[in-house]
Amino acid sequence: MIIFSIAARELRSLFLSPLAWTILAVVQFILAYIFLAQVDVFLQVQPRLAALEGAPGMTELVIVPLFGNAAILLLLVVPLVTMRLISEERKAQTISLLFSSPVSMTEIILGKYLGIMGFLLIMLALITLMPLALLLGGALDGGMLLSGLLGLGLLLASFAAVGLFMSTLTAQPVVAAVSTFGVLLLLWLLDWAGNNSAGNDPSDITGIAGGVFGYLSMLRHYETLLKGMFDSSDVIYYLLLIILFLGLSVHRLNADRMQP
Amino acid sequence: MTLMDNQVLVRVEHLYRYYGETCALNDVSFEVSRGEVLGFLGPNGAGKSTTMQILSGNLAPSAGRVWINGVDILKQPKQAKAALGYLPDQPPLYRELTVNEYLQYCARLHRIPRGEQRIAIERAKQRCGLTEVGKRLIGNLSKGYQQRVGIAQAIVHMPALVILDEPTVGLDPIQMREIRALIRELSGEHGVILSTHILPEIQATCDRVQIINKGQLMLSDTLAGLQARMHSSSMVVGLHNMPPLAELAALPGIGSVELLADGRVRLHHASHHVSHNILEHNPAEALVARAVQQGWRLYELIPERVSLEQIFVDITRTEQHEADDVARDEAA
Repeated sequence: MIIFSIAARELRSLFLSPLAWTILAVVQFILAYIFLAQVDVFLQVQPRLAALEGAPGMTELVIVPLFGNAAILLLLVVPLVTMRLISEERKAQTISLLFSSPVSMTEIILGKYLGIMGFLLIMLALITLMPLALLLGGALDGGMLLSGLLGLGLLLASFAAVGLFMSTLTAQPVVAAVSTFGVLLLLWLLDWAGNNSAGNDPSDITGIAGGVFGYLSMLRHYETLLKGMFDSSDVIYYLLLIILFLGLSVHRLNADRMQP
Repeated sequence: MTLMDNQVLVRVEHLYRYYGETCALNDVSFEVSRGEVLGFLGPNGAGKSTTMQILSGNLAPSAGRVWINGVDILKQPKQAKAALGYLPDQPPLYRELTVNEYLQYCARLHRIPRGEQRIAIERAKQRCGLTEVGKRLIGNLSKGYQQRVGIAQAIVHMPALVILDEPTVGLDPIQMREIRALIRELSGEHGVILSTHILPEIQATCDRVQIINKGQLMLSDTLAGLQARMHSSSMVVGLHNMPPLAELAALPGIGSVELLADGRVRLHHASHHVSHNILEHNPAEALVARAVQQGWRLYELIPERVSLEQIFVDITRTEQHEADDVARDEAA
């Protein structure tokens, strides 16, 4: 399969640069620090929680904050790994190898996307090792962990799709990174617009707009999954986002040959 | 000529390409057959690379059609691209990969069956003289070797058509000769389109030459035809008994006479625009006969050839110069 060849090349080149290793190391270090801090907090409150009925458990007190922070950290980091996907090939003019090969634009985009998803899944696996380490000392809420993992995975997949699209727009990796970061932050913060007008009269136009903005926010859908509530509409939201940006990328790459 | 019998690998019809308002290609049409090396010659910015990019599917034309091996590249890009190998002016190399890894990736992109990849890569490496450097990083290779890797990439899947955009740029003279020999060798099984602005390269490798200027094909001819054009357009003559120059100028086929500093004369042929049948109209014979007859004591006769360079410069000169030429010719 040609898609896998492109993906394998992408992943290989990624790991041949120090950037990928540095990012893995830094993310792991920061999240490990947050994780340990949460475990510390949990150990302090544990005796009091034991007395309470229906008190939050280890999963809610350690893993949910960990994944919540991971999402914000990855929002900062993913643009750095996706920025080079197409723009670097354009800059080094290696893109003409793909364009003159019997490969369709869709295959190029899917190959690139799979390659970067391979990297992000490795990162996700490394992050997951931390909650799994808790199994040594106690039980976890498996459903909640899985739901949170699914949420983080879908979130990463959406980040990557946005990053890939931004990378098809330019020949400058840094421009791709900055604009990806801008779009991701915007999609994240849309929630504020939703929250601010949440208490208003529902007939109010800003209220409706706020509701729509809130619904479009990546944060809101992530939070429900993080709480262990699996709603297929949240999953569909992420899938639609991914398909939209991958489709736009294919379209943009096609337009490359038409350059006015 | 068996051109008609051969399979047509590329057919280009009425190709136009605009970049905004600028017209980079203006009604370009040509064909290339199997076993043929077509040289694309033109000054910088003439539209050579644009043509190559369109042929290789990297750029869509504004109008016109391109068939590669009988397949329309705009309608069925995958099938058409399977039959071509392309080396852009900047070789598309991943510097962080080794030569072997890179060629393997190219082999996969071109859908060579897994079992045949090794053999294909070995063959490409051997043809391009890369056997020694297979395990080295492309980024650490010299420019010449990188260029060879670029060519290996274009031929690894044995495409029917190989398109090389300035393949010998940055190579030393020995490497240039090797690459030219390789291009000649390729023409055995493939059709080759070569773009260059190095004139000896055209003479050394091509069967057919097309000169492009400002997006228009100015000339399309076989190398043999070009050689004929390059045939003498003037001659330098040494005579011990120099007759009046007017008498020389009156000889059939002589256009103008120029007295050189050393006492010899340069006789320009009458037709300014040298044509194929120049041999028939060569005034040398008449000159020699007259010299013997009149006792001019001819001791030297050197036919002067127009170089390919001269043809190139003539054709690619701006319209203004051409207009000047015409005016001068009429005056003469």
